[in-house]
Amino acid sequence: MKFTRKNILGIADLSREEIEGILETALMFSEVNTRAIKKVPTLRGRTVINVFFENSTRTRTSFELAGKRLSADVVNFTSSSSALSKGESLLDTAKNLAAMQPDILVCRHSCAGASHILARYLQSTSVINAGDGSHEHPSQALLDMMTVLKVRKKVDGLRVAIVGDISHSRVARSNIYCFQKMGASVSVVGPASMMPSAIKDLGVDVHYNLKQGIEGADIIMMLRIQMERIKQSPFPSLREYSRYFGLNLETIKTLKKDALIMHPGPVNRGVEIDPGIADGPYSVILDQVTNGVAVRMALLYLLSNAQSMNL
Amino acid sequence: MMKTLIKNGQLIDPQNNISGLFDVLLIDDKIEAVAPQGTLVVSDTKEIDARGLVVCPGFVDLHCHLREPGFEYKETISSGTASAVAGGFTSVCCMANTHPVNDNATVTAFIQKQVRETGYCHVYPIGAITKELKGEALANIAELNDAGCIAISDDGNTVQNARLMKIALDYARSFGLPITTHSLEINLANNGHMNASIMSTKLGLKGLPNVAEDIIIARDIMLAEQSGAHLHVGHVSTAIGITLVQEAKERGAKITCEVTPHHFSLTDEALVGYNTNFKMYPPLRTRKDIDALKTAFKNGVVDAIATDHAPHGIIDKELEFDRAAFGIIGFETALPLSLNLVREGVITLEEMVGLLTVKPANVFNLSGGTLSQGRFADIVLFDQNASWTFDEGKIYSKSKNSPFLGTELRGRVIKTLVKGRLVYDVSSGVL
Repeated sequence: MKFTRKNILGIADLSREEIEGILETALMFSEVNTRAIKKVPTLRGRTVINVFFENSTRTRTSFELAGKRLSADVVNFTSSSSALSKGESLLDTAKNLAAMQPDILVCRHSCAGASHILARYLQSTSVINAGDGSHEHPSQALLDMMTVLKVRKKVDGLRVAIVGDISHSRVARSNIYCFQKMGASVSVVGPASMMPSAIKDLGVDVHYNLKQGIEGADIIMMLRIQMERIKQSPFPSLREYSRYFGLNLETIKTLKKDALIMHPGPVNRGVEIDPGIADGPYSVILDQVTNGVAVRMALLYLLSNAQSMNL
Repeated sequence: MMKTLIKNGQLIDPQNNISGLFDVLLIDDKIEAVAPQGTLVVSDTKEIDARGLVVCPGFVDLHCHLREPGFEYKETISSGTASAVAGGFTSVCCMANTHPVNDNATVTAFIQKQVRETGYCHVYPIGAITKELKGEALANIAELNDAGCIAISDDGNTVQNARLMKIALDYARSFGLPITTHSLEINLANNGHMNASIMSTKLGLKGLPNVAEDIIIARDIMLAEQSGAHLHVGHVSTAIGITLVQEAKERGAKITCEVTPHHFSLTDEALVGYNTNFKMYPPLRTRKDIDALKTAFKNGVVDAIATDHAPHGIIDKELEFDRAAFGIIGFETALPLSLNLVREGVITLEEMVGLLTVKPANVFNLSGGTLSQGRFADIVLFDQNASWTFDEGKIYSKSKNSPFLGTELRGRVIKTLVKGRLVYDVSSGVL
């Protein structure tokens, strides 16, 4: 596959062909991750900076491991240690980092569009969006897709139900685009107070009842209730949310036998998902994490390659 | 005595129902006479040939931010009025959200002093409704009125307390002072950054729903009707909002309204790419809202085209979208965007001139906006069809935050006169 993009900012920009190309590359790298010595020299001499303006453990570690297993020099820059707390603006920070001539910036930010703004100002550095506000989280959707593909081989015709706070979820948006582009049909499930404006216009079915929403679904993706991002709660209590929209032992009885339960993590056990289910037979939650490293290796590799072609 | 004859132009003066080939004679700072082309024979006159141009009263803007005192890095009265005259405006009304806030006569007097010493056109200050725009206690409204404020407004800091708003309307009415508003219910706004729509859903930005605007327009119309006060609804951007205004007018209420050029020109689809020069308050809405605004223009519901000229420096704008300031500069693009309404057949050229001159002047009882004999010679000459590119380097405002940067525009101000003095000429700039 010829991959010529400079940046990965969102799934909305990618074609099905590009998504498939990234996943093929990721499958190739997932073999590296099973070796005793998990390192290849592919990106030796390349510099990757993880710029995390918002807290993250899993995504940052995953990108860091991905870079290191490809032998890139990886530097982490987190908001607590950053100049941001000294009043430096996003763009000044970015321009300073760019002046050190990294090859790739991986950016996580609480504001939607932050990676787009960086990409616009950084001419010779690639930008990977590692999550921007409620907008997109493309590497998450790609690792979710890889997880599904490993089990089901084919996504065309599958039915996906995404359950939870769609309004504040970048994972939901990226996954809606990704599954639709790969030929699946997507439903979103949750109370209407957690649905963003005109969500139907994204081509999804909308359900306000969990049982109806997940009926016949091949994939059930439970979103994390992000208490930290919600100022005025769109539901009365965690207990009520959990009773009406959490996946419990009762509701999973209605699932298809080969249904997959996914969660982008970190899981609020007992809120959106019953503790037993997260580790249960339908769950592929840890496979998602494993595949995350391979997908991020693929993204770093493809962007570096695209860069060399442009030299 | 200085005499100037502007001749051979297509003169439009809606106040006096004139549209056609007329010449206008100025003596010193006043209009002396308007007469059919070639009929004014005067000796010792300086002549301005307006062949191919529209000659009309200088534009009147009911809504702008000149930022002085307090935010001189964004704009000063000097740079703001330079931008105004470059856009054809000869009278502008500036909002009270300066620092300190224009909530007392001292600040009003300071603004007036700066205008006298550094301004290029007439500036009419708008006072605050509440002290420091906090929405808690009334400002000294009678004092502001005496000092020369022509209206009061808390603009972007919408008075949230309905009872306080009612008191303000009643109190202002006692002095014949209109209240102009920015309609936004703060809880519904929920710190949104753009229109709530499929676009906010796609971009993952928090939405400012239409209903946050509509509900305050409805509230303030009800309060004003009950009070008998004059309410001027600022920058209406929604379909329901403009309908509420229309219905109130049909009931005979003393309600007027304005619409900005950007709200009838752009939709929220322009926000793809997170360019903060498209972030404004109210936000860019949808095609449906624009259609409703255009229908309102057609039906004569709109009283004024107002710019809401809101300069911001790069430290306010070159930020994450969520953190960037709301607002765009507007003086220098108002004419070509308004001419689009004429070209699309929404309104006539005469109606457009009316919406930029006599109609807004009447809203706040200002003396400009006409070419009647004895009035100040505030005149603009423009070319309806001249195409030009709106480049950053051509902007007279101190700030460059315009969504129209690099855009090809049609219609250009050629000359602006304030009190008979040429203050802008397209070939030599602001004079």
